[in-house]
Formats: sequence, C-alpha cells, structure tokens
Amino acid sequence: MSPIDAFGRPQTVLLLGATSDIGRAIVARMVDAKGGTAILAGRDPKRHQGKPLGTETHHLYFDAADFSSHEKFFSETFTEYPRIDTVILAFGVLHNQDEVDDYPELAVEMANVNHVGAGSALLQAANRLRHRGGGQIVVLSSVAGLRPRQSNYVYGASKAGIDFLARGLSRSVAAADVHILLVRPGFVHSKMTAGMVPRPFSVTPETVAKAVVDALARRDRVVWVPSALRWVMGAVRLLPQSIVDRLDG
Amino acid sequence: MLTSSRPVPSTGEWHSLSGWGRKPSTSSRVVRPHDLADLSNVIADGTDQIARGLGRSYGDAAQLAGGTVVDMTAIRGVDLDPESGVVTAMAGTSLNEILEVSVPQGWFLPVTPGTRHVTIGGAIAADVHGKNHHRDGSLGNHVESLQMIISDGHLVDLRPGSDPFASTLGGMGLTGLITNATLRLTPIETTAMSVHTTAMPDLATTMEELFESDAHYRYSVAWADLSHRKVRGLVMAANHATVDEVPGPLPARYRGDGLISLPDWCPGVVNHFTVDMFNRMWYALGRRRTGRRIESLGSFFYPLDRIGVWNRLYGEMGFLQYQFVVPLGHEDTVLEIAGMLMRMPTPVSLAVLKRMGEASPGYLTFPMPGWTLAVDMPLGDPDLGRTLDECDSKVAAAGGRIYLAKDSRLRREFVEEMYPNLSTWRRAQARLDPEGRLRSNLSLRLGLTH
Repeated sequence: MSPIDAFGRPQTVLLLGATSDIGRAIVARMVDAKGGTAILAGRDPKRHQGKPLGTETHHLYFDAADFSSHEKFFSETFTEYPRIDTVILAFGVLHNQDEVDDYPELAVEMANVNHVGAGSALLQAANRLRHRGGGQIVVLSSVAGLRPRQSNYVYGASKAGIDFLARGLSRSVAAADVHILLVRPGFVHSKMTAGMVPRPFSVTPETVAKAVVDALARRDRVVWVPSALRWVMGAVRLLPQSIVDRLDG
Repeated sequence: MLTSSRPVPSTGEWHSLSGWGRKPSTSSRVVRPHDLADLSNVIADGTDQIARGLGRSYGDAAQLAGGTVVDMTAIRGVDLDPESGVVTAMAGTSLNEILEVSVPQGWFLPVTPGTRHVTIGGAIAADVHGKNHHRDGSLGNHVESLQMIISDGHLVDLRPGSDPFASTLGGMGLTGLITNATLRLTPIETTAMSVHTTAMPDLATTMEELFESDAHYRYSVAWADLSHRKVRGLVMAANHATVDEVPGPLPARYRGDGLISLPDWCPGVVNHFTVDMFNRMWYALGRRRTGRRIESLGSFFYPLDRIGVWNRLYGEMGFLQYQFVVPLGHEDTVLEIAGMLMRMPTPVSLAVLKRMGEASPGYLTFPMPGWTLAVDMPLGDPDLGRTLDECDSKVAAAGGRIYLAKDSRLRREFVEEMYPNLSTWRRAQARLDPEGRLRSNLSLRLGLTH
C-alpha cells in the first residue's frame, strides 16, 4: 500500500459503488488534482465517467450482488493496484417499503447487496490490506439500521447486518493496522433518496464526505452525520418500541 | 479468510511499528540480524526492506508496510582510539553507548541531536544536527568513512567527496544498509557545560539574541513559548566547561541520567491547560536561572532523556513534530508560521528555535544556513493537517524545507521544490539500488525513489 499519513490522508482509493453520490463525494475530498489515484468500481463502468477524481482515475467492473466474483475481483484489483491504501464501501440498494411489501424479492436484493455483498467485500478488503501491513476501510452504514421503523425496516435490517459485522471486524483487524470507520448518516440528499420526504437531520453527500475525512484524521471508529444524531439515536434507542412506533406516525 | 489475527511469514516476526510520534502505525516483517553474515542473508532474501534503529524518527522513515524492517540494534560495538579521538562504531550502536566509552577518555560527540537514544546508522541516514550547527555543521561533516551493504550484497566503503557518500548522508536509509561508521570526536576537559541563559520578551528579540550569542558560544538554542501571546523565549548558549571552571579529573565511568519511565497505558495529558502551566513554570524557572551556571552534559543536551518513552505523554492518538528551516533573511516566515500555529486549537507543547550554519555535502541533508523551528503538537485535530499544508507552502516559497526525519504528513507536491538536489540523489540512489528494493513508508508516501 502507499502509506496513509498522520492525518489518515490516502493516496490510492478504491471506491466500491462508483455511482454512489456519497462515495464520490468522499473520494473527491480525499484525492484531488494535486495528488492521488481514484479507482472507481461498479456495475456499469461507462456510467462512472464524468469529472475525473485525483491525478489518475481508473474504472473497473464490480457487482456487489455477485458474491462468487468477489475473490477474483479483489485478488486482481490488489495485484493491479498494489498501492491501494483506502477502500470505501458505498454501494447500496434502497427500495420503497410499499413495493417491498408486494414484492418480497426486493427485500432479498437489499439484503444481498447491502448486507451479504457488503460483508463479503469488507472481509475481502480487510484481508488484503492486512497482508499489506495496514490501510483503512470506510463502511457506509445508516441510522436506519439502529431501530426498526415502519417506513424502511427491511433496508434497516440490511444496514444493521453490515454495521454489526464491521464493528466486530474493526477490533479484530486493528492490531494489524487496518482501521475501519463505520459511517452512520441520517437522511442524505442523493440519487438514492430522490423523491423521498427528507427526515429531520438531513444532510448532503458533501457533509458526509467532510465528516468521514475528519473522522479518519481522528482515527474514530464510528462517525455520525450530523454528529447530533449520535445523541438523538442514543435517546431513541432507550425509548420503548411502542412509543417509537407512535412517533413514526 | 480471517482465521488468525496476524499473518506470520516464514522468517521474522510480523509487528506493528510506528515512529516516535506513535502514528501512523503499519505492520511489517521484522528481522533482527546479529552480525554481518546475518545481515547479508537478510539482503539476499529479495524482499523490499528498510533499516530501523531505535525508532526515534518522529515520522514513518523506519517503517515499511507489508515489507521487511531490518532491526539493526543487535549489530553494535565501539572502537575508540583514545589518542586521536577517532571512533568506529557499528551501525546499531546508540550514541549513548559511544558516550559511555568516550566521555571517560575525554571525548564527546562532534554533533548530537536532542536524544542519546538513536543509533549511529540512523543518525547518519538522517544527517542529524545539534545545538552547534551554526559552527560545526551536521553529523555528516564529521564522518571520515562509512561502510554499507548495498542490495546486490556487496559491502562498499564510502568516503567524503564521492557520489555514494553524498547520497547516503541524509539519504534516509534508502541507498543501502549502513554497517559501521568512523568519525572524529571532540575533545572535552570536563563533563560539565558552562551555560548562559537569557530570557527574552518575544520571538523577534529571541532570534536577535540567538544570533548574537552564536559568535561566542559553540552551542546555542532557544526555547519559545508559543502558548504566550508575545512568544517569549529563553536562549541557552554554552561551551564545554574547562578544568579552570570545573576542576577535577574526568569520571572513570559515564552514565546517562537515570530514567523515569511511563507505562504504556499512560493517558494523553498534553492539552492547552497543561501546556500553558508547563510553559509558565519553565519560563519562570529559566528567568531565575539567567546568567551563567554549570550544568551536566545530560541536562544541557538531553533534558527529555530523563523521562523514558516520553512520547506516551501524548496518549494513543500520538503527536507530530513539525520542523522546518528557512534561509537567513526569511525571519518573517518564522514569525508568520509561529503565528499560524498559535491560532490553531491544537496546543504547541514544545517549540525550539535554532540558527543553522553551512550545509553538509548530503544531497538530501536538511540543514541550510538559516533558521529552524521545531514544534511538537498532539495529533487529533483534522484542521491541523490543513494548516500545516499552508505552512509548507510558505516554507517552500521562502526556499526552505521540512525535515524528513520528523515528517509523517508532508504532501509530495512540495518535495522537489524543497529538495532541489532530489534528482541528483535519485540518480545516485538508482545506481546503488537498481531494483528499488530499499523503500520505506516515507519514501513511498513522498515518492522519493522511482
């Protein structure tokens, strides 16, 4: 890997979920025209094009839901780009809860991408970085994964899964100098949430990106965006489910 | 998959390592050769590698993530000629070990950094300087010869005036594995220092006083209080005390000051409040000591060595030391950067100012005739990184540079501007290590080698 500096600033970033607004905003903050390589991976490399990120931008094919391809993808990518020091897991699927009620297969897709696919990619990335002497992984979780709400509990369940996995893995790989940052944003204005009614504490992808870069400099393991959500969710988690359901409307 | 917590390579142990600043840490295979035959085997194994001494570089110069780190501390030994003061030391020998042998014979190091706990190999690789730089230059000015194993396995002799010598001096260990060095020591009559302390009201007068005192003293340094509005300072200038000042024979044995050690669970205690308290106390103490007094070698040269592993005072988050030099005539840049750092929410726990003299022949040597300021700061505030980037552009614009041995965060876009001899160094480095097997986190981060 190319070594990250004392402020967690990377030089070679692998973004999984190349079309994710949050993911791209994070990469744009980490590397710029003055230095850094961005490797953008997703299902449609042609669609990733657009504004270059960093002095070098590469585009790769990656399908989070095709678990059997992950081993090969990570093996080849880390061989081709041995300097990768930071991996960002930003891919995700969000289906409207009403549709999920009618089509349970959409729930399976969310679980496959957001939990199983992300878990597989996280373990792959952690393993490669560990063998390279260290690095950092940014995992996008969500406050939706902390308390079931009627409007998004299936999405929440998939995020709860990856959140739990990342927290466990974080401790086990820390001794090998792999730092995992778990990001728990509230409602983020992006392509994924277009058309949805914004919740309180909603933020932009750029706000999430700044919070992530600053959290890496502090070596935080969890970052809430906005930071007030940490206390709000702490309080919400103490409330009985019956009251949460009523607040849910 | 993740069955064991760490991969264990066939030989050598896998360890997490950091510099003295404690961050960032990375894991490497660590081997500890016991003699030159061992060392040759390490080089023959074909892995990417970097030598490491006592780990006192603040940044990531002696780390190599995923590669081999060669712990040199078992390769040691001192051979002193008490008549001429010429000493040959194996690379892993600490300066402390040299002093234990040389001081009773009436010889002191020609140049010493602020700690005795560095190896001679590391000191040459960083071309370290000390409080006598304005007069005596850096360590490299006093090296008569050195030997090094290069990546093809050959043991080579390096002499001043040659290309390999100039690239190895300050070459951050990237030209070969230094095995031993011969240098000429400085004669001393006593183990005492005659120190003259002056208290100054602000940074500009501190610089003036430092400039004045340099004409009369072999050693000089100023401590600056960056927690004080006007940046008051204490200038300490000294010479080795003569037998007329401190009568009596040299001690039969020389021992460094005893150590108080800190436990590894020591919480971070460096904050605005403690820094402010300490600085007030230190200044008050300094003011009471103004004028001439006699001090020991340890208390003048190595005050921080009295506390073992003092970097633990900064807690797990670690800290960094920002050290830059700007040419004479750019005093404004020093004042400006001090001002920028003072406005940061991060406290500046220690600030040391020194005037530097002529540079050594090392292509990547840090010193240049001018002013150097070194400031210690705890890590943790993300804005600190951005502010230091701004400081770097001011340093570069003034024709100055950042000290690589302290660095853990410089951006590579500044390196070529700060080190104009970098291309000459790269050519010499590539001749000694054509396969590019010598590398470190520092060299990869800054793109030093190709």
